[in-house]
Amino acid sequence: MSDAKKVVRPLSPHLTIYRMPIQAITSILTRITGNALIVTTVLVVWWLLAASTGPEYFAVADAFVTSWFGQLVFFLSLWGIWYHYLAGLRHLYYDAGKGLDVDTSEKLSWAVIIGSAALTFFTLLII
Amino acid sequence: MRYLTDRKRAEGRGSAHAGTEHHWYMQVSAVGLALIVPTFLYIFGGAYGGTYEEVIAVFSRPVPAILTGLTLFVGLKHFQKGWAMFVEDYFHGTTRKVLIIFMTAFVYGLIATGLFALAKIAL
Repeated sequence: MSDAKKVVRPLSPHLTIYRMPIQAITSILTRITGNALIVTTVLVVWWLLAASTGPEYFAVADAFVTSWFGQLVFFLSLWGIWYHYLAGLRHLYYDAGKGLDVDTSEKLSWAVIIGSAALTFFTLLII
Repeated sequence: MRYLTDRKRAEGRGSAHAGTEHHWYMQVSAVGLALIVPTFLYIFGGAYGGTYEEVIAVFSRPVPAILTGLTLFVGLKHFQKGWAMFVEDYFHGTTRKVLIIFMTAFVYGLIATGLFALAKIAL
């Protein structure tokens, strides 16, 4: 009855080989940065708890938080928080029904990437 | 038999069965966080890398203590709901429930711990 001949259908994009448009990359990065920031939050709360406990325990937590690894985590988090910040503002703009055409959304994607790098640099300058 | 149309029953619900409540909360907390996060970064950046006495001095002042507590509370609630949204998108059934319940409990634990630490330093 049924013919074994293969039906040729258009394939949905295979994520491993599909070149994601910049809008898709900047969109998924919003979720990744937002969720990843829980790691930094745990570190901050632990550091505060250590400070409230006393100088000895603070020394333990602070040694980790300000180690080269801790500094790397906090540097990446600073970029992550600014990225999530700008991407979040873009979401609010999208939710207002604006900036959804291909050209504008592409420009906004680059604004989020370049803006987050600039704000990270600027924050490091003033703190 | 209920005299409700399918449309009426589906209206305003969505995949998480909570309607637009969740999304609205994200919008409200996003605007709130947009206002306080830059100040928090300035306060925390100033304290980061300081000595024990310097760190205690920063968080003993009312404005840094209040702003840090506020950022932790609103930020973690925003995170909790964002995490739930992520889980609802990719997981189903028991896994979904476990991941959301676990993170909700964890977030409340973090909020309580952070506020306790701030109160102990500031008061």
